Amino acid sequence: MSDTFHLDGAEVPFESGQTVMQAALAAGHYIPHLCYHPEFKPHGSCKLCTVKVNGRTTASCTMPAEAGLEIESETEELNALRRTLVQMLFAEGNHFCPSCEKSGNCMLQALGYDLEVHTAGFRHLYPDRPVDASHPDILLDFNRCILCELCVRASSEVDGKNVFGLAGRGITKHLIVNAESGQLADTDIALADKAMQVCPVGVILPKRVGFSIPIGSRRYDERPISAQALDDAPRQSAASGGCTACEE
Amino acid sequence: MTDTINNLETAAHPENLRRVAIDPVSRVEGHGKVTLLLDENDRVHQVRLHIVEFRGFEKFIQGRPFWEAPVMVQRLCGICPVSHHLAASKAMDMIVGATLTPTAEKVRRLMHFGQMFQSHALHFFHLCSPDLLFGFGSDVAKRNIVGVAAAYPDIAKQGVLLRKYGQEVIRITAGKRVHGTGSIPGGVNKNVSIEERDYLLKDIGQMIEWSRDAVGMIRKLFEQNLDEFNAFGRFRSHTLNLVRADGAMDLYHGGLRARDMDGNTLFDHYDYSHYWDVIFEDVKPWSYMKFPFLRSLGTETGWYRVGPLSRVTQCDFIPTPLANQARMAFMAFAGGSVAGATLGFHWARMIEMLHAAEMIQELLLDPDLQGTDLVHTGERQERGVGVIEAPRGTLIHHYKVDEHDQITRCNLIVSTTHNNQAMNEAIRQVARQYIDGKKLTEGLLNHIEVAIRAFDPCLSCATHALGKMPLEVELLDVSGNRVDVLSRSSDGAFCSPD
Repeated sequence: MSDTFHLDGAEVPFESGQTVMQAALAAGHYIPHLCYHPEFKPHGSCKLCTVKVNGRTTASCTMPAEAGLEIESETEELNALRRTLVQMLFAEGNHFCPSCEKSGNCMLQALGYDLEVHTAGFRHLYPDRPVDASHPDILLDFNRCILCELCVRASSEVDGKNVFGLAGRGITKHLIVNAESGQLADTDIALADKAMQVCPVGVILPKRVGFSIPIGSRRYDERPISAQALDDAPRQSAASGGCTACEE
Repeated sequence: MTDTINNLETAAHPENLRRVAIDPVSRVEGHGKVTLLLDENDRVHQVRLHIVEFRGFEKFIQGRPFWEAPVMVQRLCGICPVSHHLAASKAMDMIVGATLTPTAEKVRRLMHFGQMFQSHALHFFHLCSPDLLFGFGSDVAKRNIVGVAAAYPDIAKQGVLLRKYGQEVIRITAGKRVHGTGSIPGGVNKNVSIEERDYLLKDIGQMIEWSRDAVGMIRKLFEQNLDEFNAFGRFRSHTLNLVRADGAMDLYHGGLRARDMDGNTLFDHYDYSHYWDVIFEDVKPWSYMKFPFLRSLGTETGWYRVGPLSRVTQCDFIPTPLANQARMAFMAFAGGSVAGATLGFHWARMIEMLHAAEMIQELLLDPDLQGTDLVHTGERQERGVGVIEAPRGTLIHHYKVDEHDQITRCNLIVSTTHNNQAMNEAIRQVARQYIDGKKLTEGLLNHIEVAIRAFDPCLSCATHALGKMPLEVELLDVSGNRVDVLSRSSDGAFCSPD
């Protein structure tokens, strides 16, 4: 028998070792997030998943679930903070949705829509970030990086290749390629790697795919990210109490 | 009159003349400006149309992956983005070595005819019909689409619904009404389903009928104002346009045909992939926009005009029956004289709108639209050139792509650029016909804008839309001091401090 906590007034069951985010998604409750991925250890860097636990703000992806917690997530106060975070991410990079091939499949864009980010909010920094097109099959467009480190984690933990890393501090922090030349062509990355599948924005792209998915068939065309994320998350089976992802 | 038209480009002694600026004569993509130099007797000595905004697409597309170009460069325009989308796609077809499948080519053509249809409807009904229906110097408060809706509600309604239909064709083929993604290097990303086809077929009969009515309407306006319309901003020029291999009008693909002002063919069915051997661009110190010319004739006399008037008059026939009948009537009207009139652009434009409607119907009935073979690629190339007939004229996209798939060079020659010298010639003629020696009024200045609108809906859109575009005309002395000013405020009111 599992314990429970309260999320926006709803009773949420959890298993020992689960975080608030994992338990919430498994029970069908969406908490906005960007750097969280169900297949990787929590990272806690984007802060989109910030909730109030017994009145104190914390990242729900790293917060262990405990019985009896009173958690707020879907409040105007927290969503206003999330909107600001999304605005800051847009301002820090060069995100030109109109000509970005990740449009419609991009988590940052989808969150912007879902959180109703209607204005830029901040002056854009327009950083000078080159494109790495050296690899014959893969394009790296650093302009769109949000430093979620999902590619770093995927390449290291799943692919065992350590293709990516982060360098620099503060506002100069940036994604790098672990090769002497700094070029993707001089790594052993491959199209089938996990690192190719996890980028939430349009940084790591298979070449020559572009806009081959028509508008209307893209990931977030039909359903908002808040609904799509629940489909993607390992779910608690109502009948067995087990995880639907594990039943497969 | 002793001046030649060309003399009005640069006054012999500008230091002694008053400068009058229509600034902004703006357009959707940016801002245009007309400057006139007048002497103490209000005689015109110099007239220039300047397109003053820097766009920069040719530069900032460099370094981007080639498959991004058809989506990025269409942001050049909000009225005819499909033209840029398709011209860039055609260039990228060459880059990826593609020969389009029948489905891909027909879906693209359908998209293009939807674009042509909506753009021509917008231009004629929303932007230009107020001038034509009420008169060039008529009450400025009424001379807008709202005034048309009040005085001619059926015409205004048809204009709106015609444009809406074209936008729906674009939505279904490109995914969005404006700035879609349907065309990709080597083909398209979707076909047209049976449901989508039937949705469009439902209204196509009405669209063809209204397009015929529009051709009849501009003909009637010419009949009522033949002398004025025929002479307005009239000038002789060479022409350039694409034609099909059999000489038919083809707005999507073909070879280049250039004819001189006497109708002699300069080149025909020219492979546009080497357009730079026959077309070159000149630079003038007073304009940010280049001046293309036909190499064989040189910079001074080699300029030409593109667009509906050039296409309709220079093709051998239009391959749809109703539009071809309309073309023959147009060519025969008033002894063939309207074929050289600046306002003949409007008549030709409506003939093309009718052609587009007929082509949309023909394509919708073609089962290839439901095909599933959408993309083809072949041997990779370094250079790609795409040319298409956009609503306002011939549009050239030229790219070079390196071995890493990044664009290293881009050259775009858009319709307005082709027509740069022609528009300057038209407004010089109008200045001489209507302004030379007269006291300036808003109505007289609008005559200059009427000539610009005949060519380019982008310019006309911003200067004309609902009469809300602020416009200020200043009279300056040689020291730059303001002598007089005439202003149109954002509510359309026209006033002078006097």
